[in-house]
Amino acid sequence: MANIPMTYYLVLSTILFFAGIYGFITRRNLLAMLISVELILNATDINFAVFNRFLFPEHMEGLFFALFSIAISAAETAIAIAIIINIYRNLKHIEAQKLNELNDLK
Amino acid sequence: MFNSCYTALVPLLPLFSFILLIAFGLRLPGKWAGYIGSVLTGIAAVAAYYTAWTYFSLPLDADGTRPAVEILSWEWLRFTPLLAIRLGIYVDALSAMMWVVITTVSLMVHIYSLGYMAGEKGFARYFAFLGLFSFSMLGLVVAPNIFQTYIFWELVGVSSYLLIGFYYTKPEAVSASKKAFIVTRFADLGFLIGILILSYFTGTFDFQTICGSAQDAAGVGGALFAPALQASFLGLSALSWAMLLIFMGCAGKSALFPLHIWLPDAMEGPTPVSALIHAATMVVAGVFLVARLFPVYALMTPGVLEVIAYVAAFTSLYAAVVACVQTDIKRVLAFSTISQIGFMMVALGVSGYGGHAGEGYTASLFHLFTHAFFKALLFLCAGAIIHTVHSNEMKAMGGLRRYMPVTHLCFLVGCLAIAGIPPFSGFFSKDGILAASFAFHPCMGILMTAIAGLTAFYMFRLYCRIFHGPYSGDTAAAQAEHAEAGHHTPHEAPAVMTAPLVFLAVLSLLTGFIPFGDFLSSDGLPHAFPLQTAVAVCSVLTALVGIGIALYAYGRGPRPAFQRMADQPNAFLRAAKNRFYIDRFYLFITHRIIFQGISTALAWFDRHVIDGVVFGSGKLTEKIARKIRIIQSGQLQTYALILLLGVLCLIGLVLYL
Repeated sequence: MANIPMTYYLVLSTILFFAGIYGFITRRNLLAMLISVELILNATDINFAVFNRFLFPEHMEGLFFALFSIAISAAETAIAIAIIINIYRNLKHIEAQKLNELNDLK
Repeated sequence: MFNSCYTALVPLLPLFSFILLIAFGLRLPGKWAGYIGSVLTGIAAVAAYYTAWTYFSLPLDADGTRPAVEILSWEWLRFTPLLAIRLGIYVDALSAMMWVVITTVSLMVHIYSLGYMAGEKGFARYFAFLGLFSFSMLGLVVAPNIFQTYIFWELVGVSSYLLIGFYYTKPEAVSASKKAFIVTRFADLGFLIGILILSYFTGTFDFQTICGSAQDAAGVGGALFAPALQASFLGLSALSWAMLLIFMGCAGKSALFPLHIWLPDAMEGPTPVSALIHAATMVVAGVFLVARLFPVYALMTPGVLEVIAYVAAFTSLYAAVVACVQTDIKRVLAFSTISQIGFMMVALGVSGYGGHAGEGYTASLFHLFTHAFFKALLFLCAGAIIHTVHSNEMKAMGGLRRYMPVTHLCFLVGCLAIAGIPPFSGFFSKDGILAASFAFHPCMGILMTAIAGLTAFYMFRLYCRIFHGPYSGDTAAAQAEHAEAGHHTPHEAPAVMTAPLVFLAVLSLLTGFIPFGDFLSSDGLPHAFPLQTAVAVCSVLTALVGIGIALYAYGRGPRPAFQRMADQPNAFLRAAKNRFYIDRFYLFITHRIIFQGISTALAWFDRHVIDGVVFGSGKLTEKIARKIRIIQSGQLQTYALILLLGVLCLIGLVLYL
């Protein structure tokens, strides 16, 4: 495990990060966008762990931050899903681009 | 010795009355606002008398002068280590005398107003403003430095404005109050520039320093005034300019020609206000200030003093002529006030400094003192008459002596006093002025004596038209009209109004016997001024001639010849009736030249250029905003994309630059 260089981890997290951003920008569905956000967060979690492991092996702050981040993203997901369910109940769809009821520049 | 507590009460009680009545006046039932104002003014008057009594019983200095006392002094603004503005109470013979005059007249006017203003809308507001005025005027005369004078000078202007415009639903009153305020403000502009020039060159605002140095011209004074005397502008020294500009402020406040135009219009205010502000106290503030700076005028810039004498003499003549043909009784009194202030200023202008030469100074302030009482008396009588006749016009009066005996007697005393008939007070003070004028130049003396004769004529014309001849309300038509308007036959005013009249009439009788020179003289040394018998005989004879003509012409109603002159006036009388078209001239300047010429062009520039730039920038912003607004689509993903691109751009910048 120690043989895997740090760059590999970073490449993985970068791919995850941009996959998340790509998904966030292109997907129509709010749930899909939420999943993309999770990808972005996971990419940062990996970065926390990796930097901690390789740069400051005697400390644990990065790992704890990753744990915090996971907990916060779980809470955030719960709220986001609640909002999405309410949107669905009121509008019968969860298409992000059609959520423009309050915009007068349709 | 002095106790600063009760001295400070003198100006502060009226201020307290103002604050109290302006805050709670509307909630006070009945006449309580008036009672509170009168009681507080009464206490202030007692404190002022006591202050004056204490001051004049102080022991004299070794050189025979009476030392000035600065009772309170509080540093208010400090500009530089040398130049600071202090507020305080500075008592000397002049301010002690002014305090007595102001509080006495103010108290009488307060009491009188209890009857005169009864049932008027804004009763509490009226007394509040009277309090404000009394405070400002009392603060003005005890100012230890010229800057405090200026502050209170403006305050009396404001209270005068508020009181002239008291009947604010009447358009004439509103325009009169604006006129008074603007004309005096214009003059005060000169006053302020004068103060700034004077203090710039001398480095002090202090009256005591300035006047003390002027008296000591060879020593300290030379050093203090040297820069101001050396600097010159348009052929006059800076000191002369400063003193001329300060006099301009005085001329505005004291209604000297050509800045007198506001005073006749100021008669739109309630009559007791005219008595207090526009006859006895505020309009003599200019005389007071010239007297305050008299050592500088007399010793450093005698040329300016001479200008003052000529301006004042012309004003006095002009106003006396105009007063002869006015038919509104308050206007007659207003022009007579202008004329009498002219007398006071002439006396200052012709006076020299110290000893016998300084007689004019004492006579001027003596006249200020006596005039305050008899002119207030005349105005208050006029108020009582207007109160019962419901008109200001002479033709609505006549024969009133049968209906109002007390007012008649008091008015007669006032007329005799102003005409200068012994033993009434006006005789003594006017005699001093005439003597000083003769000492200056015989022509000046003859002119002033002639004006005194005119004064006697127009005052007795007024007296006869009001109290003698047939009563206009006796005709059947007039009676029907009166009944229709709900009026009644004339009657004597209530006691609360006649009591001040009687008190002031007694003062007009007695004040002439005060040895005024012992208290007030130009150099502070007591100096007895004997009656000038030759001058006195001349002036009394002239006054008697004036009275005789008036009695002959108007004693039993206007004689046909005089009525004809009034009905078909020749060019001169017509001009006099229109106040020699001075007001028209001002209207021409303001309306034709300033409003139509300059203001219209400026308004065009404002509307099209300045407003164009402002509105244009607004419109431009709006147009740009409409374009930019499209970006705000509300599409979350578009925002995210733009955010991403932005971040990438920033990273690119950081990495490659």
